[in-house]
Amino acid sequence: MVADPVPLQLAAELFPNGISRYAVGGLLVGLGAVVIYVGTGIPAGASTFLESTLSYVSGQSRFQQYVSSRDWRVVFTLGIILGGLAFAATVQSGVITTSLYQPGTTGELYEVGGVTLWSTDVQAWRLLVGGVFVGIGTRIGKGCTSGHGVCGVGSASKTSLVGVASFLTVAIVTAQIVAALGVSP
Amino acid sequence: MSSDRHPLFMPLILVGGLIFGFGLGFSQMARPEVVLNFLQFEDFGLLFVMFGAAIVSGIAFAVMPRIRDSAPLTGNRYERRLKPFDRNVLVGGAIFGVGWGLSGICPGAAYASLGIGNVSILWALAGMFAGAYLQGVWRSKRAAADTAPAGAD
Repeated sequence: MVADPVPLQLAAELFPNGISRYAVGGLLVGLGAVVIYVGTGIPAGASTFLESTLSYVSGQSRFQQYVSSRDWRVVFTLGIILGGLAFAATVQSGVITTSLYQPGTTGELYEVGGVTLWSTDVQAWRLLVGGVFVGIGTRIGKGCTSGHGVCGVGSASKTSLVGVASFLTVAIVTAQIVAALGVSP
Repeated sequence: MSSDRHPLFMPLILVGGLIFGFGLGFSQMARPEVVLNFLQFEDFGLLFVMFGAAIVSGIAFAVMPRIRDSAPLTGNRYERRLKPFDRNVLVGGAIFGVGWGLSGICPGAAYASLGIGNVSILWALAGMFAGAYLQGVWRSKRAAADTAPAGAD
């Protein structure tokens, strides 16, 4: 059988880096959330860490509602950081190779103590200013890409579906405008 | 506070975080450039990350309440993640969208990004804490203003 070239060509245009690294990574992200949910019943999101951690250092009434969950949220976030490091020390360093992972060419690789690390080329001001908007927005909007996008959408929550639709739409418009203004990377 | 917590509670949270962070690294969501490429319609792979993860978690959210009443480590009932809808979801979502579109970074991916060696991401993390703090101050003030007149009645 000869594969129809049209869908293949379309796939190459829409997914220049293939889909396996995205699909496998996404399944693992979901699995991480599931492990916590099955054990504890908690549908965890990543952005509440910001407010719950601020409760250690700020007396603002808004943060006090997270005092009871702040300890495990620190552990969850530490786990995410260490998970990224574990990825860097294995797949990113080439210790584990798999055809499912396509490394990509963005940013810069550098090495520390035999571990291949990676750093972004995106400018610091974009990260800082974008971070401020992300910090304000996720907290007012009740969730981020993991809380709304993974746990909320997985729960078929209408609130989360609307949340995802609103941040996705605005993010696309913003990124297109920034690119059109010639800002890169 | 945590004295009555199951001894495996924290280790399980850590393991869940590890898998979550490894997945964000593998999917390259911890690279802002890859997220920006998606938002600029140059690579649609991110859809597989979000929906792949949502399908896996969705199966657990659908199945667990049917086979058990409560979670073994906390006694919490298995419930779906349902939050009440109000205008804040749209307003906050739009503000988050501006930040995500500008930086290519969201909270979970930012933590994982630090793990893969992206020291520059500290700019984004500093911004996120500043933003979360700003909204906290503002909303704490507004909550105090809302309750003050009621207390005087």
